[in-house]
Amino acid sequence: MQTLIKVENLVKRYARRNPAGGQEELLALDGVSFEVLAGSTLAVVGESGSGKSTLALCLACLEEATSGSIWLEGKDICKVAEKERREMRPQIQMIFQDPANSLNPRWRTLEIVTEPLVLRGGISRDEMKKQVYALLGRVGLPAETAKRLPCELSGGQRQRLAIARVLALEPKVLILDEALSALDCSVQAQIANLLMELQGALGMTYVFITHDLGMAAHLADEIVVMNGGRIVERGRAEEVLREPREEITRRLVAAVPRLTRSPLAPIGR
Amino acid sequence: MMRYFLRRLGHAFLLIFGVSILAFLFTTLAPGNYFDEMRLNPQIAPETVAALRAQYQLDRPLVVRYASWVNSLIHGEMGFSFAYNSPVAPLLLVRARNTLLLTVTATVLAWGIALPAGVWSAERVGRLPDRLISWGTAALLVIPDLALALGLLVLAVRTGWFPTGGMASVDFEDFSLLHKLRDLALHLALPILALVLSALPLLVRHVRAAVAEVLGAPFMLAAQGHGIPRRTLLYRYALPAAANPLISLFGFSIGALLSGSLLIEVVMSWPGLGPFLLEAILSRDLYVVIGGVLFSTVFLVTGNFLADMLLYWADPRIRTKSGAR
Repeated sequence: MQTLIKVENLVKRYARRNPAGGQEELLALDGVSFEVLAGSTLAVVGESGSGKSTLALCLACLEEATSGSIWLEGKDICKVAEKERREMRPQIQMIFQDPANSLNPRWRTLEIVTEPLVLRGGISRDEMKKQVYALLGRVGLPAETAKRLPCELSGGQRQRLAIARVLALEPKVLILDEALSALDCSVQAQIANLLMELQGALGMTYVFITHDLGMAAHLADEIVVMNGGRIVERGRAEEVLREPREEITRRLVAAVPRLTRSPLAPIGR
Repeated sequence: MMRYFLRRLGHAFLLIFGVSILAFLFTTLAPGNYFDEMRLNPQIAPETVAALRAQYQLDRPLVVRYASWVNSLIHGEMGFSFAYNSPVAPLLLVRARNTLLLTVTATVLAWGIALPAGVWSAERVGRLPDRLISWGTAALLVIPDLALALGLLVLAVRTGWFPTGGMASVDFEDFSLLHKLRDLALHLALPILALVLSALPLLVRHVRAAVAEVLGAPFMLAAQGHGIPRRTLLYRYALPAAANPLISLFGFSIGALLSGSLLIEVVMSWPGLGPFLLEAILSRDLYVVIGGVLFSTVFLVTGNFLADMLLYWADPRIRTKSGAR
């Protein structure tokens, strides 16, 4: 397998005003580097404020990094011009934590999934409609949801819809920013299984951002643990879970609920 | 849809009915009437005044007068003006037309400027252009309309670029069509500028706030992440999502079409409803005042009705909720 994403020394600084009126600097990412192999899943685990969401936004080109590079197939997406970046965007897609907010509340399912197809262009309206229904079926949404608004769907259905929407763009990389955190346990398992199934079929690369080390270990090939904007530990998923080296990792491991025999036991069945 | 529409329409008519009764009550309860001044005049016999009062039914009970007023409303007269010795409706209509010419143009202009300016500002929240707009609108907000109008008049007098009042030049009737339009535009310019400048800051601020709130929403980030161009993002995604409070505001600005320019009209001697109603109130020309109140109410109610319908059309979530009921 070859490397698809290579992140080098990524730094993100936010300048903000503190209540006293002075400038304050927040170092959200402090020299982050890692690589992701094509078709594999990397989990980025950390507590809130560890910089993992900033990393997600930078990877999806929704925040501009202060310095450093993100290489995607030999191109530095931080350095390309805005026009070229817009053309590259479909390759890296993001699934957000709260599906209720990440879908346009005024659009019906049909319109939501059609929009990325319109963006890609090149096919007729009828063809688009056919593809939308194919995508809905692919993520396990009944065809009748096409006429529904996001507020009429359940949380799990909304997240399926968000997945159908990005699949329309045929992305190479999917960034899952706490994509399961807002869902019920059983729904979490269903969506997780859907994601694994899609990865197997389409060969997508996942960057799975979460605070849930148990879920990370279940989904990911490799785990990096973040703290204070830095990567403090990395390794194969099972190893990190079994033998955490850092204090922060041990805390995250301790937070994994142990209802099952082992956190690595299959879930959802 | 139809039920929602009809219920709204019913509310609107009830409201207008209620306001007409209140207007009648209050104008009657106010002390004095049009003929009181005549009574003080030694050259007019008390019998003449009494005869006039009887002719205009001012000596009859309130209920009778209300009934006869409703009757005249149905016949398109809206009562009788004492001062002009003529039915009220045609008098009001001419002035309302002049006022609408002024306010409709001003409202269209104000919204036409406020929408792009607000979006532009929202896109740059906290940066220099946004702060300049914020300061500018704040400055406009604190200047009283009266000062604004007087300032513009001073400008007109000093420069001589614009006429200082009225709606047409003295020899308007002799002008060619093109010349007439030009003359009208020149007379319109200052009152419209005053109205736009006084309405603009509020609109810009509302548009900016509504759009800025939406821009941070995850679905905007998602759309941006798909690679959707910036302009499409702003006008096809953000603006519709921010539209609800703006539509309500738009309904309100329709409602203010008749009454919003009263002050400016008086100051700039625009022959609209403003000076006419002021004069009627001062001379207690009863039915003209009631007619003016009714006109404004109809506009306010229409504005709200329009806003409700627009909301219904613009936001599918409202349709879903009322459909499920």
